[in-house]
Amino acid sequence: MHDMTLTQLAQALADGDISSRELTETLLGRIDRLDGRLNSFITVTHEQALAAADAADALRAKGGAGPLTGLPLALKDIYCTNGVKTSCGSKMLDNFIAPYDASVVEKLKAAGTLSLGKTNMDEFAMGSSNENSYYGPVKNPWDLNAVPGGSSGGSAAAVAAGLVPAAMGTDTGGSIRQPAAFCGITGLKPTYGRVSRYGIIAYASSLDQAGPMARTAEDCALLLGAIAGHDLRDSTSVARGVPDYMAELGESLSGLKIGLPKEYFGDGLTPEVEQAVREAIRVYESLGASVHEVSLPHTHYAIPAYYVIAPAEASSNLSRYDGVRFGHRCDAPSDLIDLYKRSRDEGFGEEVKRRILIGTHTLSEGFFDAYYTKAQQVRRLIRQDFLDAFEEVDVLMGPASPTPAFDLGANKDPVSMYLQDIYTIAINLAGIPGISIPAGFAGQRPIGLQILGPHFAESQLLNVAHQFQQATDWHQRRPALAEESA
Amino acid sequence: MMQWETVIGLEVHVQLATKSKIFSGASTAFGAEPNSQACAVDLGLPGVLPVLNEAAVAMAVKFGLGINAEIPEVSVFDRKNYFYPDLPKGYQTSQMYHPIVGAGEVEISLEDGATKRIRVHHAHLEEDAGKSLHEDFHGMTGIDLNRAGTPLLEIVSEPDMRNAKEAAAYLKAIHAIVTYLGISDGNMAEGSMRCDVNVSVRPKGQDTLGTRAEVKNVNSFRFVERAIAFEVERQIELIEDGGTVVQETRLYDPEADETRSMRTKEEANDYRYFPCPDLLPVVLDRAYVDHLRSTLPELPAEKRARFEGELGLSPYDANVLASSRAMAEYFEAVKDACGDAKQAANWVQGELSGALNRENLGIEQSPVSAAQLGELVARVLDDTINGKAAKQVFQALWNGEGESADAVIEARGLKQVTDSGAIEAMIDQVISDSPVQVAQYRDAEPDKRGKMIGYFVGQVMKASRGTANPQQVNALLKEKLDQA
Repeated sequence: MHDMTLTQLAQALADGDISSRELTETLLGRIDRLDGRLNSFITVTHEQALAAADAADALRAKGGAGPLTGLPLALKDIYCTNGVKTSCGSKMLDNFIAPYDASVVEKLKAAGTLSLGKTNMDEFAMGSSNENSYYGPVKNPWDLNAVPGGSSGGSAAAVAAGLVPAAMGTDTGGSIRQPAAFCGITGLKPTYGRVSRYGIIAYASSLDQAGPMARTAEDCALLLGAIAGHDLRDSTSVARGVPDYMAELGESLSGLKIGLPKEYFGDGLTPEVEQAVREAIRVYESLGASVHEVSLPHTHYAIPAYYVIAPAEASSNLSRYDGVRFGHRCDAPSDLIDLYKRSRDEGFGEEVKRRILIGTHTLSEGFFDAYYTKAQQVRRLIRQDFLDAFEEVDVLMGPASPTPAFDLGANKDPVSMYLQDIYTIAINLAGIPGISIPAGFAGQRPIGLQILGPHFAESQLLNVAHQFQQATDWHQRRPALAEESA
Repeated sequence: MMQWETVIGLEVHVQLATKSKIFSGASTAFGAEPNSQACAVDLGLPGVLPVLNEAAVAMAVKFGLGINAEIPEVSVFDRKNYFYPDLPKGYQTSQMYHPIVGAGEVEISLEDGATKRIRVHHAHLEEDAGKSLHEDFHGMTGIDLNRAGTPLLEIVSEPDMRNAKEAAAYLKAIHAIVTYLGISDGNMAEGSMRCDVNVSVRPKGQDTLGTRAEVKNVNSFRFVERAIAFEVERQIELIEDGGTVVQETRLYDPEADETRSMRTKEEANDYRYFPCPDLLPVVLDRAYVDHLRSTLPELPAEKRARFEGELGLSPYDANVLASSRAMAEYFEAVKDACGDAKQAANWVQGELSGALNRENLGIEQSPVSAAQLGELVARVLDDTINGKAAKQVFQALWNGEGESADAVIEARGLKQVTDSGAIEAMIDQVISDSPVQVAQYRDAEPDKRGKMIGYFVGQVMKASRGTANPQQVNALLKEKLDQA
């Protein structure tokens, strides 16, 4: 059961082959047994999950089930969940029980899914390795010495290890796509504004976007249909109809124009990754697609621009954690300033503090124009690069990450860690959708192919990914750990 | 002795009368239990997002149209970042670079009837903070976030005022405009209008501005005048004693009637303004603005001009009667009911305002309605009652002793007697009852008689219980006494 895709499980539930209770018990059992080694969950909600599974089974018995009824998922611990701890991977929110559900959580509940728990993540979604969590690093199920990627590393590891068929992540600079690549699963970052951000703890508001992480593009399509759409509570969500993402999964790729950005195949790209990506492109050619080299000339400005804009927004977004109303408060503050200083010093980890300081600096009087204003100009150029490229080709393809999963502790220097996101970060700055799918291995460790499309072209992206998965079996590989018997 | 000139600019925060907050659905009603009107958004909980209240936008635009300001097509919300316990998110959402209302102007009227135009630099929308409560917490501070997120329109003037009276007149003009427009209740006691005053002095004739102090917490018309008076004197003394004014924020303490330094420029926050990424730019299309323009009521300056020009009122009367929407509406209702603007103005300004002032009531709380007063004035004008009886009728209406002027007149028999036969009979009676006075009158020189007739008029009026028409009595008496 743990090996099946979400789509297969939905069918099995519909056919009465399994019950939601059986499925949920099985997966909770696997979490209890295996997650000690992975640390992919921060909170497991056994009772709520079983109660929801029983309710789903009862609903099905009455004939009221929908396509997603009774399917278990996991939620990155950045989604506010009513009555359940929502830590965002931080000591600051270790005591925070959210009093409301995020819009995505509401929608998933309304669709009939249930949550097994909250997955581990880099603190406040700041990181590319999941080593920045207050709850300790997550291990990659393919190799326990490797990181799972970040910041949605817990969600990626849990799906890869067969603890849950799919999980929700968020992506600000690659936080869905890079861990999906590192863990050999499929992860979609939708267009900015496609999915409501209401109830998702903000890191960088103009870049954050929610998306599904699953075993197949088909599963991602199923979930995206449930979570996408306009939300009156999020002014940046877009009032635009939600297509039937499953309906377009059968389209032929004959005539598809694939662009290969030359900047995505340059220095720093590991040979095994390049080889796997080029191999995948050949598969697409065999499916009838044509390949064209394109240029995204401002690519090398993406990381500097991101590390101005994201920390600037973060420094402001994280000001609310002041020890006054919720979250960590230091013991016996002597006065207001002491309360602020110690609560924040004790509550935030090193990387979060670093980004708050960067952001505070770049927004300061005298620096604002040189940093923030300039970065926004660069951002427009980067967006224009993509718009120009999509005049010539339908989709862009390249590696999701320059390397496969690296060893835990391998990237001690913050800048070398930031460079991990070189192929993912520009996508957030441009607001376009991107998906990472399994496309090979470097030894034990999976390699991800990233596919990018124009704004709101999720249907096309999902179909392009799906066709690859019809022709290959990389997405069906499972780590040994997932197949261990009890 | 150096001649000094004072330069004053005002920042007025007007609380907009929306039902819900600027970025959340929580109620804005005043006086609720602490924190009972603060929702997840107002509390700044993790994950929440603001959604702009369109009603606040409409009110801000109406204000802009009311002061003939430019209304930019696009305005943008920015975050003003600073830490304070009653500021839940650690930033205030405001408009720093692209405010919703551009440059405009407000006409103020001075006590001598003159008017002056004060330029408004811009007005922007922002959210209010909560309140820190220092009493009843035994050395700790309580936080009430009911007010957090209440929409404010901050109206920033140019430094166009030259004395405290002008500043107070400007504040009154703003008050009149926002209450006329119905975009604020203008209740200063509840903090619906709050004012920061920028004051500087310079030698008369100097072009460049002196260093200014910003005085905060100046929250009544009276305090504006007093705070400026104190601050001007302080700055002049400082300079004349060889010191220099430093740029700083000062707090006005109404109890001590003085201003005290809060923080100097060096201690000022760097607010790190940047565009709020959670809110889209506000784009106003022409049709929307034109629609709002079509809903604007007549505003104080227009009303004042009409009262003077069309109705022939004095500049002073026109100014007072146009000073608030409630006053103007009351006056116009009286005028419409009686058909005589000057008489209506006299009654509203005289008898009614006197009574209201004695009991410290606003025009909205007047026990005598405009319809009642209008009918009363009409009865004076059509000679149904005389002036003396009218005062009695007014008092009766004030005391709630009658439904209408006519009812009181009827019940008390105050209808003026104009039947000359009846008046003649009363006169004959008075003349025959007062032989001594009649003799004195007739012996007097004609030019002394005018004064002496008053006695007889008084007697006749008394006999008529005040209902005789005094002019008629006078004429008939003269005729009869002068006969012999």
